[in-house]
Amino acid sequence: MSDYNFAYLDEQTKRMIRRAILKGLAIPGYQVPFASREMPMPYGWGTGGVQVSAATLTPEDTLKVIDQGADDTTNAVSIRKFFENTAGIVTTEETTKASVIQTRHRIPETDLNEDQILVYQVPIPEPLRFLEPRETETRKMHSLQEYGLMHVKLYEDISQHGAIATSYAYPVKVAGRYVMDPSPIPKFDNPKLTMAAIQLFGAGREQRIYALPPYTEVVSLDFDDYPFEASKAAHTCDLCGAEHSYLDEVILDDEGNRMFVCSDTDFCAKRQSAGHKGRLAGEVA
Amino acid sequence: MGAHVFSGGFADPAVDAARAFRTVMSVLARPGEVQNLAGGEPPQGLSCAAGTLLLTLCDPETGIFLAPDVDRAEVRDWLTFHTNAPFVSAEEADFAVGGWYELMPLTQYRTGTAEYPDQSATLIVESSVQGAKNAILQGPGINERAEMALPDIARFQHNATLYPQGLDFFFTYGSQIYALPRSTHVTPKG
Repeated sequence: MSDYNFAYLDEQTKRMIRRAILKGLAIPGYQVPFASREMPMPYGWGTGGVQVSAATLTPEDTLKVIDQGADDTTNAVSIRKFFENTAGIVTTEETTKASVIQTRHRIPETDLNEDQILVYQVPIPEPLRFLEPRETETRKMHSLQEYGLMHVKLYEDISQHGAIATSYAYPVKVAGRYVMDPSPIPKFDNPKLTMAAIQLFGAGREQRIYALPPYTEVVSLDFDDYPFEASKAAHTCDLCGAEHSYLDEVILDDEGNRMFVCSDTDFCAKRQSAGHKGRLAGEVA
Repeated sequence: MGAHVFSGGFADPAVDAARAFRTVMSVLARPGEVQNLAGGEPPQGLSCAAGTLLLTLCDPETGIFLAPDVDRAEVRDWLTFHTNAPFVSAEEADFAVGGWYELMPLTQYRTGTAEYPDQSATLIVESSVQGAKNAILQGPGINERAEMALPDIARFQHNATLYPQGLDFFFTYGSQIYALPRSTHVTPKG
């Protein structure tokens, strides 16, 4: 561990990131430019989230890392190892024991508390990017609150599919001002964006940091006659029987058999050890 | 230069700065929350909290404006040695430190632009007395409502109308710190 500065980054870089985080918290939903560094992992593996975590961690922290809800995927394991090695901190897979949680594309099922910090890995921070490719234009649109194009996109969803088909990275309006991309979390998670914990968003390749202070008003964009719906697969978890958790679909064989399991592995394991059983509990390990 | 110039920095810079930042982030994310911020030991004229805050956030990339009441040789030397931050005028400052009336007028500080509202100044307001909570706060970071002691009401109300542009404030008293970002709506209490 002594081979690295605490939490890998040098102090001046951490100060620059910390200043950006503070601006982000002062202007919720606004994307603060920052001088993203090369990290010892490829873009798309959470370089933004890792830099924000590195600037946030203290030696007393317990870190949890999830990738699509799972603690045991390559991305999550390697980031946990990275901070174990460079910051010497304790890691955990339990949501309730973590003080800092870095996440790729999910919010844990268990409610977070005021002492926790949720760090998101963000691929494309600009919600208007696929509607307007020029940064100069999207800057202007944010400054003028010109968000009509986003509503047109949602309207086109309705005219083509009969419903708002956007199912992840569902745009939200923050504190009545900025339209924000909540990173590609499923829209099932959108209502949880108003929470007791501090939420920080880091986009490494795109060099942006943004943030949500606790209890910030976050509203998913919708229409009066087509209200926002936090949808999920209409099943229960086949391992723990949970009815209200976000589910992954797993193909079991080539005869059309499939199962649905909680995407949040810690939530599912806790329920199973508490004795909850789903349709296939015991049959599949 | 006295020997005190070289002392009073973080004992373990990486770790102390990390802990200090968490306190700073917590108070800015939760307007109304008061916390202890220690680690730095600035020379006389600068509070422990203000000195630690500057050690945590300042470096050669950030211009500091010292209001007349804190603009002393010891303070300048100490900040230069520990942060190497340049001293600039109020109009160019990233951080401004001083007593409330010494920092006036607020119109001299950068409030950012419509497209880059983050290019704005952060004010560190030093106080020698702990005032009574005279303001009710609502907005991001606040569960329904919070209360805070503020040296003024109207100026903070005006600052909030500039949103998303505007100034962010830290208030320091001894080793205590609390904050008021531009996003907070302020109303007088009672």
